[in-house]
Amino acid sequence: MNAFMGFVVKEFKQIYRDTRTLVVLFGMPIIMLTLFGFAIRNEVSNAKIGVLDLSKDEVTRELIQKLSVSKAFELNAYLDNYDQIEEVFKQGEIKEVVVFENNFANKLVKEGKADVQVITDATDPNLANIVQSYTGAIIRDYVQEINDNGVAVKAGIQPSVQMMYNPELKSVNLFVPGLIAVILMLISALMTSISITREKEMGNMEILLVSPLKPHYIIIGKVIPYLLLSVVNVITILVLAKFIFNVPFNGSYGFFFFESILFIVTALALGVFISSVAQNQQTAMMASLAGLLLPTVLLSGFIFPVESMPLPLQVVSNIIPAKWFLIIVRSIMLKGSGLLFLWKETLILAFIALAFIALSLKKFKVRLQ
Amino acid sequence: MASAVHISQVSKSFGAVKALRNISFEVNEGELFGFVGPDGAGKTTLFRILTTLLIPDSGEAKVLGMDVIEDYKKIRPQLGYMPGRFSLYQDLSVEENMKFFASVFGTTIEQNYELVKPIYHMLEPFKNRLAGQLSGGMKQKLALSCALIHKPKLLLLDEPTTGVDAVSRKEFWEMLRMLKEEGITIVVSTPYMDEAKLCDRVALIDKSEILQIDSPGNLTKAFTKALYGIKHPDKYRLINVLKDYEFADSVHPFGEFIHYTDRRGSIDESGLNEYLDSKGLTEANIQSIEPDIEDLFMSLMQPEELHV
Repeated sequence: MNAFMGFVVKEFKQIYRDTRTLVVLFGMPIIMLTLFGFAIRNEVSNAKIGVLDLSKDEVTRELIQKLSVSKAFELNAYLDNYDQIEEVFKQGEIKEVVVFENNFANKLVKEGKADVQVITDATDPNLANIVQSYTGAIIRDYVQEINDNGVAVKAGIQPSVQMMYNPELKSVNLFVPGLIAVILMLISALMTSISITREKEMGNMEILLVSPLKPHYIIIGKVIPYLLLSVVNVITILVLAKFIFNVPFNGSYGFFFFESILFIVTALALGVFISSVAQNQQTAMMASLAGLLLPTVLLSGFIFPVESMPLPLQVVSNIIPAKWFLIIVRSIMLKGSGLLFLWKETLILAFIALAFIALSLKKFKVRLQ
Repeated sequence: MASAVHISQVSKSFGAVKALRNISFEVNEGELFGFVGPDGAGKTTLFRILTTLLIPDSGEAKVLGMDVIEDYKKIRPQLGYMPGRFSLYQDLSVEENMKFFASVFGTTIEQNYELVKPIYHMLEPFKNRLAGQLSGGMKQKLALSCALIHKPKLLLLDEPTTGVDAVSRKEFWEMLRMLKEEGITIVVSTPYMDEAKLCDRVALIDKSEILQIDSPGNLTKAFTKALYGIKHPDKYRLINVLKDYEFADSVHPFGEFIHYTDRRGSIDESGLNEYLDSKGLTEANIQSIEPDIEDLFMSLMQPEELHV
């Protein structure tokens, strides 16, 4: 046991002395969270729009007013005729033009309906979609308002839409759980695989093997410091998410940390596995980045929803630990779910963890090649 | 005397490369046994088999009376191993390395201080320096201290003096003699022929095979030809001229001298001198000399290497 403690202490000293490792360990989570939190957003703000008002009555004026005060839009141009629409799109600044038909207010009162035409520049389909649905929402809101005031005749079925758990559709709420998965994968798997292959490369492993230190002590001793540091990172991300991005946390912290540690253990086992196959640090790094980080980012549902992937990829996504961890963490943070709802995902994650631990213990070589 | 290492008919290949070919030898308990041979002779592979890190393809290998394949777990704690490359943690200090290896072997520096003291006390002024910043000689002393910290029965040192200055090499061998007095069996390899005479027995190894095993004294006795040392300022021409001499048997540069044997055995030095004079190499210094292990080694090496 003394030998084991000595090993862990040594490992901590090495991490602490390597500036590069320290920067990756503690700089990475902060940089990534800031990047994802501020720069990469799905919500639109200050998209430039134009208006072609052929009616110029009080209703259209009010609607235009509503559009222009929305944080999402910046009213940039008043057009006079249809020909100008294409012109402004070609200039590229304006992303959307809202057209109100002639006699808008009159028609609305008399016929109970009036047409608004929303034309978007779909060179960026994502943006076009979002801009369009925002416009729709603002107009619906307004119609609701005048209906309630009894100005217009109530028209047909009114859908009452409610977005639960993330009503503002803030993408940062969705990114934080994914980011936790990516960072944990990066630190746990990448760093351990590199640090174990470094021992091989530097010849330290040769001496360690010819010592009474049991192989599983070597592995656990290597892994424990990264387990602790990963937990520290989870806390860092949570604090940043809560106080800078106001991401809600509705579930139990205890349960959350239990699941995080389960995921960290899975990632560590993967790291050990990679190091038992890779002969040098470079191979270990490439394998971790291409083999772990990419699937974690692309196939876990972090950025692209799993449901919209082609079937083969959906099948593949099942063996990616991050997918299950993401489901779990999103549910805990946003819905406040407990083990009662998440036992299935937890069980799958635990199974993957055990499988990789078994595999990496089996693969660990007590001899040189 | 019991044998600490028993190797019989051991072969090992890596793919198509034969690293060891039917190697057999015994190391007695308490012996200082040396392997001498050039780089690529198979020394490191042999050490890795002795340390149970590699499995031989064929043959029997027993270390401390135990089989290297089946009993590797029992063998390893009793070995002190210094790989050919400096394998301590360069980012830990001298003292931290010592403490780490002591704890790994379930002991403390204090417990075995008496054994490592003569070596370690030289390092103590630098105990807070990182191992990576030590000089070559210091590194080797540290590695030896770490290999000794658990009082191993058998010390396996793979080229411990390669890349180390002459003074440190001398010191290092003095330490090995001292450890031998403590009763530790030592197997050491070296590419330096002059170190061979410091061992109790020496195995000459070249091209995956052991050429000869004996005590340094007996080895040099095995060299029966008359040997001459020839010196001339124009060393390069001297070599070529000697090689062209019709009676030349072997010509090898050894430092400032050329070691020369003649096909006629013992020769009259003036005859050779006349030949050299006729080639313009006047005032060459020719003397009869005692052979050392390197001379034997050169004569045992395969012929095609002789006249390079």
